[in-house]
This record gives sequence, C-alpha cells and structure tokens, in this order.
Amino acid sequence: MKKKSVKFLGLILAMTLTAALMTGCGETTEATTEAAAETTETAEVATEAVEETAEVVEEAAVEEVTVEGSISMAGSTSMEKLANAIAETFMEKYPSVTVTAEFTGSSAGIESLTAGSVDIGNASRELKDSEVTAGAVQNIVAIDGIAVVVDTANTVTGLTKEQLVGIYTGEIKNWSEVGGADQAIVVIGREAGSGTRGAFEELLEIEDLCVYSNEIDSTGAVLAKVASTAGSIGYVSLDVVDETVIALALDEVEPTVENIKAGNYFLSRPFVMATLGEISAQSEAVQALFTYLASDEGKQLIETVGLITVD
Amino acid sequence: MSLERKKKRISDVVLLWLVYISAFISILMLVGIVSYVFIKGIATINWEFLTTVRSSIKETNGIAGNILNTIYIIVLTLLIATPIGIGSAIYLNEYAKPGRMVRIIEFTTETLSGIPSIIFGLFGMIFFGNTLGFGYSILTGALTLTIMILPLITRNTQEALKTVPQSYRSGALGMGATKWYLIRTILLPSAMPGIITGIILSIGRIVGESAALLFTAGSGYLLPASTEGYLSKIMESGGTLTIELYLRMAKGQYADAFGIALILLLIVLGINFLTKYLSRKFDVRVDRR
Amino acid sequence: MKAQNFSIMGSNKTKSAVEKVAQWVFTFCALCAVFAVFSITAYMIINGTPALAKVGVTDILFGTVWKPTAGEPSYGILYVILTSITGTALAIFMGVPIGVMTAVFLAEAAPKKLAKLVKPAVELLAGIPSIIYGLLGLMILNPLVYKIETFLFKDSETHQFTGGSNLISAVIVLAIMILPTVINISESALRAVPKQYKEASLAVGASHMQTIFKVMIPAAKSGIITAIVLGVGRAIGEAMAISLVSGSVVNFPLPFNSVRFLTTAIVSEMGYAADTHREVLFTIGLVLFVFIMLINVVMTRVLKGGAGNES
Repeated sequence: MKKKSVKFLGLILAMTLTAALMTGCGETTEATTEAAAETTETAEVATEAVEETAEVVEEAAVEEVTVEGSISMAGSTSMEKLANAIAETFMEKYPSVTVTAEFTGSSAGIESLTAGSVDIGNASRELKDSEVTAGAVQNIVAIDGIAVVVDTANTVTGLTKEQLVGIYTGEIKNWSEVGGADQAIVVIGREAGSGTRGAFEELLEIEDLCVYSNEIDSTGAVLAKVASTAGSIGYVSLDVVDETVIALALDEVEPTVENIKAGNYFLSRPFVMATLGEISAQSEAVQALFTYLASDEGKQLIETVGLITVD
Repeated sequence: MSLERKKKRISDVVLLWLVYISAFISILMLVGIVSYVFIKGIATINWEFLTTVRSSIKETNGIAGNILNTIYIIVLTLLIATPIGIGSAIYLNEYAKPGRMVRIIEFTTETLSGIPSIIFGLFGMIFFGNTLGFGYSILTGALTLTIMILPLITRNTQEALKTVPQSYRSGALGMGATKWYLIRTILLPSAMPGIITGIILSIGRIVGESAALLFTAGSGYLLPASTEGYLSKIMESGGTLTIELYLRMAKGQYADAFGIALILLLIVLGINFLTKYLSRKFDVRVDRR
Repeated sequence: MKAQNFSIMGSNKTKSAVEKVAQWVFTFCALCAVFAVFSITAYMIINGTPALAKVGVTDILFGTVWKPTAGEPSYGILYVILTSITGTALAIFMGVPIGVMTAVFLAEAAPKKLAKLVKPAVELLAGIPSIIYGLLGLMILNPLVYKIETFLFKDSETHQFTGGSNLISAVIVLAIMILPTVINISESALRAVPKQYKEASLAVGASHMQTIFKVMIPAAKSGIITAIVLGVGRAIGEAMAISLVSGSVVNFPLPFNSVRFLTTAIVSEMGYAADTHREVLFTIGLVLFVFIMLINVVMTRVLKGGAGNES
C-alpha cells in the first residue's frame, strides 16, 4: 500500500519539477535580461569608444559586460549565410546569448516580425509600405548583388537587359537567340514570396510577367539546380556564387563588389534586418547585435561573407 | 483438346514472365537504392561529420546538432505518447464494453493513422505552435508526433494485451485483486514485449518523419552552448536528421545528404532487426500500420 | 518477485478511490485519439473555409490561375487538384501491378532462399524515410528524365523545358515509394490464403499460374485492397520527397510539365504566406483532408463489400 502512494507522490513530484524547470528556464532569461539593462548601457558607451579608436580589439571593458538573452530571426534565405555567420560570431563574443534563425522567405520573416514571434525579420528587399505601417523599421545592414547564373557548360558569358527580360518573360526560348548553342532555355526562379524574386522582377520591371519552368524555395537550391541542369538560367544572391556556375555579365558589367559599390551593376538590393520599432526600443541583446554589426568587426564579417557594407 | 492446352500454356507463360519481370524490377530497385545510398554516403561519414555542426567560420560541416535534436525528439515524443497509448489500449481492452464508444474510439484511431503527415504538420504548427505558443520548438514537434504515433502504440499494446490468457484475469479477480492491481502487476508485464515492439516501431516512424516537423520543430542545427542549454533546447527550434537532409539536398550538398541518408538507413536497419528479434523471442504479433 | 508484505485486499475506501482514478485516467487516454481527430478536423475546417468565403468557392476550386502575390491575386487551384489526382492515379497504375506481381513472386514463384533474403530487404525499404526517395529522384531520375525530355521535344517550339523536374519524375518517385508497402501487405495476404484453396485448385488440374491468378489473388482480395489503400494514402500525402523533383509551377498535369501537387503547394509556400494567401493554403489542406477521408471511406466500403460477398 505504501509503495503505491509513494509511487503516485513521486510521479506528481516529477511532473511538478519538470513543469517548474520549464517555466523556470524562461523566467531566468527574462530576469537576467532586465538585470543586464544597466550593464548594457555601459556596454554601448564602451563599444562606441572602441569604434572611435578605429581598432578592432576585444577590449577588456567589452568582455566584462555580460549580455544575456536570446535573439530570434526569421526571413530571407538569401541572407542565410550572413545570418548564420552573425549568429556564430555573436554567440562566441557573448556566450550567454542564443541567436536562432529560421529561413522562411523575406515576406514570411517580416510577417513573423510584425506578429511578434521573432525579434528580427530578415528581408532581402526594401520593406513594403504595408510592412512599415505595421511597425517594421528598415535597418539596412548590407548591400547584396543578384547574380544571374548559368551552368558551366554554357558558352554565353553575358546578356543585355533586354535579352534577360526576353528570357524571363518567355519570349526568348533558345540559347542560340542570344549567342549560345542550340539549346532550350530552362528558366528557373524563386517562389512567389521571395525577396530575391521581388527585387529581381522589380528592377527589371517584369513583375507578374515572368514565366518560370521551376519555382524553387531557396537561393541555395536555385544554385544547385542551375549547376546540375544544362541550359538553365537562374538568379541567386551574389554571396553564394561558387565555381559550380558561371555568373553572367549584365550590359557588359561583371557582378563584382566593386561594380556594385560603384553603382554600375544594376541588380543589387539591400539586406534589411527589420525590427519592430526603433533599435533603441529593442531588447539589450538585439541592440548589442546591431552595435556589433555597425562596428569594424561586424563590417569585416559582412565583407568576408561576400556582401557590401553600408557606410 | 491439345489446342486448348497450348492456349492455356501461353497465357501461363506470359503471366509467369510478368511475375519474373516485376520481381526483377523490384529487386533491382531494392538493391540499387540500398547500395547507391551506401556507396555515396560512406565517404562522407567520419568522426568530424558526426561531432561538429555547420559553421562557415570554423569551416565545419557536421550534423552533431541534428543527431542531438533527433534523440531529443524521440525521447520527448515517447515520454508523452507511450503512457497515453498504453492507457488507451488498456481502456479499450479491459474496461470498455463493446458498443458505440469503442467503435468511435477505434474508428478515430484508424482515421488518425491514415492522415498524411503534412496535415499533422499544419495542425501542429497552428495548435501547438501558435495557439499554445510554443513556436518553432522541439516540444511542438514532439507533441505533433505524439498524435501521429498514438495509433501505433495503442494498436500494438492492444495486440499484446489480447494475448494474455483470460484465465490470468479471472484468477486475479477471483482472488480479490482490484483491476488496477491486475493491470499493474500482471497484464502490463505480460504485454511488455508487445509494448516495446510498438515503441521501437514508433522510433522508426519518428526518425523518418519530415513533413510533420518542417513547420513545427524548425531547422535549428547548433549544439547547446551550456549545460542549461541542454534543458532549454526543448523550447528551441531543432532540425532533425531528415530535415537537415532535406535542407542540404535542396542546397546541392549531395555528398552530405547521402551521408545523412546512410545514417538513417542504418538506424532503420537496426530498428527492423530489433523488432524481428523481439517478436521472435517473445512470440509477439506486430502491427506496423 | 520479491516478497511483499501487503495484502491485495486493502482498505475498501483507498481501493475504490484508486480504482476510480485509474479508470478515469485510462478513459481519458482513450479519448485522446477522439479528441485529436476532432481537433484536427475542426482546425482544418475553421482555417480552410474563410478563404472559400472570401475568394469564392468556384474561383478557388475551379480557377486555373495561381498568382497569390500578384497585384490582383488569383487563387485558382484546379490544376493543383488535378495534378494530385493524376499523379496519384499514375503512381498507383505503375506501382500496384509491379508490387502485386512481386508479391506473387515472393509468396509462390521464388526459390525459398531468395524469398528469405528479399522479404526483410523489402521491409527495410518500407521503413526508410521517404525523403531519401526524393534524394535519389533528384540525383538519378531528374537528369534521366531531362535527357528523355530533350529527345522528345527536340524540335518543339512551344514546350517549356523543365530540366527534368516534372510530373513524370514525381510519379516515378511515388511509384517506387509505394512499392515496398504494396509488396509487403500483398505478400502477407497471399500467404494467408488457406492452403486448401491452392491444393483444391491444383487437384482439379489448374496450372500454378492459373491457381495464383484465378483463385489465390481473388481470395486475398481484401488484403490486396488494403495494400492499395495504404499505397494511395502514402502517395497522395507525400510532400517532401516530391517537392524537389516536381518543378513547383502551377500547370496542367501533363507528363513533361512542371507541376505542383496539393502537398507541395502547402510545403513550398506555407513558410511565408500571408493573410488571404495563407488562408487559401489551408483550404488546400482542407481539400487534401477531404480527399483522404473520401478515399478511406470509399475503399473500406469496397473492401467490406467484397469481403461480405465472399462470406
């Protein structure tokens, strides 16, 4: 008899313990972020001092400050490389912070932001008016080029704007019409909510006019598809281009960082890390993240990833 | 007479050839798939692959985080689903009187096993993720998978309970034991092999799930950074091996994808062996649906 | 069992309290399944019907243009529905005959040793995650189908080349995926046919093949129909395996057209859909749900009808 009641008690105890642990964990993060409020203000002053000396140094002052909490991001798949790199380096710098990122597409990211389920919404395009009215603040952290890629067997090395428009609207169907081999063009693009697709179609002024043979969900997947399909063409974020594809020159301008900075390559769009309200109104962890991005260390990171920094 | 026999023989021969050709195609697929996955995947699997996570800074490309996530989800799902499934089976077998209630419960259990996983994923996303507020987390994924594997555990436990001789029950009740005592000390231990088989089959099902987890457990791939992190991981997004496979495959990292595929194949192989061994040893009837 | 010093006849009060609690707990557990099914049905209906009201039942279910993010959005899913129906039907037509014939082979025509080797291998294949079939389809099938496509449509002016990601690739992947399930269950069904049927048939002079096809298969009908139902369920509900091999553009389901299934439509856009778009995706989920229920009910009735006739 005793054993039965002991067992029941034990079960109830275990359940309450688990419940307590789960809620407890959540509470501690909130408590510590509030406690860190005072210390992060000092942290911001310190980091600004670091920037002014124009030295990328891990100051003892910065390391003393413990930023804690969690940052959640969601959005553009083009920004995946950047988001992951930021997450990693930031978490190394501040081990008590967890940064997570989901890659659901630009429009979804901003929607999650305005719904309050994430701290930062990543979009690889400028924010729409409806998104700004919903409270999203556009923080441009980098500029990215959109590269038009073909598979390595293709002899075509460049297209004019008109030819590109012709291909994507379905008027030009064969590579021979643009100086290549007699091969059908397989037109590959992104899904309807993609920031890259939005920027691409908007810059070429062919919104709602594109005829795709494949609509793929992420920048990486487009790259993989183009690399493995002879005669295909697709558009990807510049920072993912590698040796498996050839990036075409548009209007005889190569897609390079220099050309984009100089404004010669016309397919470029901003990488936006949007917040609900101004940065100064965000949690300490998020503010620390943006401070990091604006610092020299952050800018170096952006360039290592293959993007263009905003000055 | 002889003409008739010849006609029959031709149709026989045709059918036999169709049978052989079909079997050949099937066996070819079998062998082809298993060997292709093995050959392409074995090159990727090494210690680094199994113990590091994706990092462009450290230039590693492993799946340690995903292995951890898969383990978490299996354990959490089983922790929740097994008691409910066993309880369900006990009710159906021991308490319920045959009638409308039982038929409704059995009908809904059947229905549950026929719903495609993408619908579970949608439901899990709205109900556990949004309404209950768990967002993208291992908990959301585990709760979604719980309703998916419930029929599996319930049915296998039921089968196991059915094999317990009625004399055990009458004997115990005749001696004055309460029903709960009977269940606790006699029925459950006897039915244990069947229950364990159900659990193992569920592990197989959980490991193979992808559509139900895409919008519930998310795609997190990092290892927890601290010891508290290991506990709070449950509330954070965690991509399992199948999700990671999908993501790498989409990005064209085929070598990695095959590595993960091989690991999954080996897990399923292990589970199949375990199920066979257990059912043979304890003479258990297995229901795989 | 160690010696325990309590009596199985405890105090009546505790006994009945514990008994009642136990009974309640078990009843609750059993009702969980009922609760789950009702919740899922309710949520699907609640989330799937607003769009029908907003956009109009005929516009959604019978419209052919899917442009959810255009200036003037259009949500016609007729082609998507047709693709799921055609795709599943084709996969069944391909997979079931081969599966049943292989089951015949394993149960009747194979040398014992081979059967012993093949059966566990088929069980293994039935258990591997379906996404692996997708991986193989992407790597092996797509290039193959692309070659066939280039050959067949060499001189076509109008065909939009899909690079191998089209309906036929998806169908083949589905057919291979349902093979193990169909083989396993059909084989069990055939083995379960009482020996007397076979012996009687052979005794009256029928050949082995005649016995199999005219006596045993009809006797195993209910098992084979179960196999088909499960196969259909698996095929119509598959999302991840075919999402990368089917092209993902909303088109009329022709073999070499890039297509979108009910399932892949949900998977590729749910991540980022907003407002009405999202509601329409739930409507797609609802349509899928209704289809599955219909198939289950109809098939079970056919099964019951068949079995009823026999007994």
